[in-house]
Amino acid sequence: MGRTRRASSGFVVRDLLEVTESGLYCERGDFYVDPWRRVSRAVITHAHADHARAGCDRYLCAAEGKLVLRSRIGGGSPIDTLRRGESVSINGVKVSLHPAGHLLGSAQVRIEHGGITWVVTGDYKLHHDPTCASFEHVPCDVFVTESTFGLPVYRWQSPEEIAAEINAWWRVNRDAGRTSVILAYALGKAQRLAAMVDPSIGPIVGHGAVMKLVEAYRASGVRLPPIDRVPPRARRVGNGRALVIAPPSVLGSSWLNLFGESSVAMASGWMTLRGVRRRRGFDKGFAVSDHADFPGLLTAIEATGARRVLATHGFSDALARYLRETKGLDASVLPTRFAGEATPDMAVAADDDAPEADA
Amino acid sequence: MKAFTDLYWRLDATTSTSEKVAALRDYFASAPAADAATALAVLAGGRQLRSVSTSQLREWAADVTGYPAWLVEECYAHVGDLAETLALVLPTPEAAADAATDPGLAEIMRTTIHDLRGADEARTREMVMGVWRRLAPRERIVWHKLLTGGLRVGVSRTLVARALAEVAGIDQAEMAHRLMGDLPADAAAFAELLVPEATAADSRRPYPFFLASALDRAAVEHVTEDLGNVADWQAEWKWDGMRAQIVRRGTDTTVWSRGEELVNNAFPEIVAAGSMLPPGTVLDGELLAVCDRRLLPFAMLSKRASRKQVTKKILAEVPCVFVAYDLLEEGGADLRAMPLAERRRQLEQFVATPFTDLLVGTAPTDAGRLFLSPLVAGGSWTDLAANRAESRARGVEGLMLKRLASGYAVGRTRGDWWKWKVEPLEIDAVLLYAQAGHGRRAGLHSDYTLGLWDDDKLVTVAKAYSGLTDAEIVELDRIVRATTLEKHGPVRICRPTVVLQLAFEGVSLSTRHKSGLAVRFPRIVRWRKDKEPTDAGTLADLRRMIADHE
Repeated sequence: MGRTRRASSGFVVRDLLEVTESGLYCERGDFYVDPWRRVSRAVITHAHADHARAGCDRYLCAAEGKLVLRSRIGGGSPIDTLRRGESVSINGVKVSLHPAGHLLGSAQVRIEHGGITWVVTGDYKLHHDPTCASFEHVPCDVFVTESTFGLPVYRWQSPEEIAAEINAWWRVNRDAGRTSVILAYALGKAQRLAAMVDPSIGPIVGHGAVMKLVEAYRASGVRLPPIDRVPPRARRVGNGRALVIAPPSVLGSSWLNLFGESSVAMASGWMTLRGVRRRRGFDKGFAVSDHADFPGLLTAIEATGARRVLATHGFSDALARYLRETKGLDASVLPTRFAGEATPDMAVAADDDAPEADA
Repeated sequence: MKAFTDLYWRLDATTSTSEKVAALRDYFASAPAADAATALAVLAGGRQLRSVSTSQLREWAADVTGYPAWLVEECYAHVGDLAETLALVLPTPEAAADAATDPGLAEIMRTTIHDLRGADEARTREMVMGVWRRLAPRERIVWHKLLTGGLRVGVSRTLVARALAEVAGIDQAEMAHRLMGDLPADAAAFAELLVPEATAADSRRPYPFFLASALDRAAVEHVTEDLGNVADWQAEWKWDGMRAQIVRRGTDTTVWSRGEELVNNAFPEIVAAGSMLPPGTVLDGELLAVCDRRLLPFAMLSKRASRKQVTKKILAEVPCVFVAYDLLEEGGADLRAMPLAERRRQLEQFVATPFTDLLVGTAPTDAGRLFLSPLVAGGSWTDLAANRAESRARGVEGLMLKRLASGYAVGRTRGDWWKWKVEPLEIDAVLLYAQAGHGRRAGLHSDYTLGLWDDDKLVTVAKAYSGLTDAEIVELDRIVRATTLEKHGPVRICRPTVVLQLAFEGVSLSTRHKSGLAVRFPRIVRWRKDKEPTDAGTLADLRRMIADHE
């Protein structure tokens, strides 16, 4: 961005946060938010791979997210944490973390200096999620918001409606002796699904990548229903009654053969679109997302009272233009590192260690 | 409407033929006859008319939602399907109709679609908004598709015939025949379609066309291996015209295209020639445009065929003949089960003059407009391969191979009829524009406009939709997005970086394209990742291909 603005006093002041080669940087506090490269000090909104890089000297994240972040970046670098309501001064800049509702330990970063407040959301959703704290509306002057699903075609059903659809699909499969396989990102979506569904229908089984994070969730105090690990060389796991939660990377691999006849569903906001589901050959798609839908983005933006909004990821162009023209806000696009645009197919195809993966 | 909506989504959710047939069977077995007749017309009928323009729908959707028009357009460009886009952006309906008030498909079609034709804009708008308030999003998609005439669910007429045959408990071929020509228009006609015993056949009804399959392996040694003894086969030229049937029964003479459209109006001279045949005769053959003993390009024939009425001028400029391949009915008797060799012998009694005589000029051109498809002699597959190699010079697409002992089957039954097409022409071209596809490829840039060099400029020559794998399309979509120079709605102009090998059947001069050339049946053979745009072909290369083959 590197934008300078003239303050009311007549002095030219630089923005509190700017996009640099290494990511979003606060020069005054000398720290980065979700840096793209190894830096000395990283404030992390959440532990998905495109937000939390390994190899920084020092991390700061929300207290609930520490174990999950540790499991992603490995040992070594110290992780500082902040509890809800706590703040810390980094080189004179006041930093606090507020729930973003995206997954366990996901946080918006509130940064205050010289009477100006910025909030960087990372990824967020407004819908209820039993595995993490709900999104908090934090007033600010400048709101840096994600816009992954920043088009009005994206409007989520309520979590109750989605859960009922997933349960109904699972029940039909179980009655037909068919295993239900639901593909979801191993961190966040997988645990949320386990907590959403009705465990009385049948056993819930998790892929190894999912189980590693299930353990981190449980160790962080999140209550999840019993989830079985897939035993090695299992034959007909769950006897066609189980709901198997696995990352999308298993699609097309022989791992799926473990379950005999199965119905394969994808859980992603992109499943809203018929074309995406058909192209990828899923039997079923559930539009369940950990991001805000279009109305959710507008609600969150309005609640901050911010006059300046920076949109990033996904449909940032469209959202910024809409905010400028319809809401009269000073809205623009915050560039991201990833060239071109994210597409539904990239997101659906990717494993959750790939960039642009979490949807 | 709910039952038809359920059918639509059931068909949409599966790629399995047997599941599709089951879904159709369940629907037709339980739907009221009037709804079933309407559904049949929608699923198996020809072109559907649109009663509202898509730009009106977009405008009204912007009004209802309060979104600016550009944002609705942005959504459409992303989703790739207007019916779906609108269904997703519109507000949630106030109260969805319950089972008791759910109108049937026939009623919906009549009151909200047919009655709208010719209605003024204000009334149309009011009607559309009223339906939007009533229908749930999944019903809206289907209704939008009905309204805009774009409902396609990957169901062929053959599948519909199979499902209806199961409902009626009759043979599938018999049902396919009953579905030829005009489909039942109302409940009574639909009920008649399902009666088990044969009814008095519609005197105009053609037979289902038997379609040839392309040979998987075109090399002569493979053809020898796959088809066996050459003496078991009949070879003909594969003419590049329009497949058609002439049906002469009672006092009626009708000409039907392969798309089962009545084309009497477009081809009056063929109807006149057909009316000379004895009643109870059906010929299968090809419509060709011939002037001054030369075959005219397919594009001219196609332009003529699309006319509702032809003028004297067109009749003189694009005169047509009918080249008969087969005799399907004689003296009112269905000959389709008879071996081809026998049908051919009888055909020669009706139509004696081989079409090639017209081209070499030994036959009088006023002897009528019905000709016989000449046989291509060949004592061996090697002889036939030599003939095939001359195809382009003769203006044909290759050879047709038909098993002499075969009956005339229904649809694309593999094994007895083969197309042995000439090898296509090929050139390396550069990707210039890309457009988002529809349906299964919605949101992916899968429609490509390709260009060739003309001096130092790239000039567009062809649009191609198919030929890449799904994975390649996704990969190319990413490149398209990353190299976009300009966006014009759903079309992106790309920086030239990608070279695609283009195959096509022929080249002709054209005033429609900037390049002055048109290629026939362009499709992508492969992505030439080993080539740079500077390695691609030139317009001069393409022009030379016309010269080489004329």
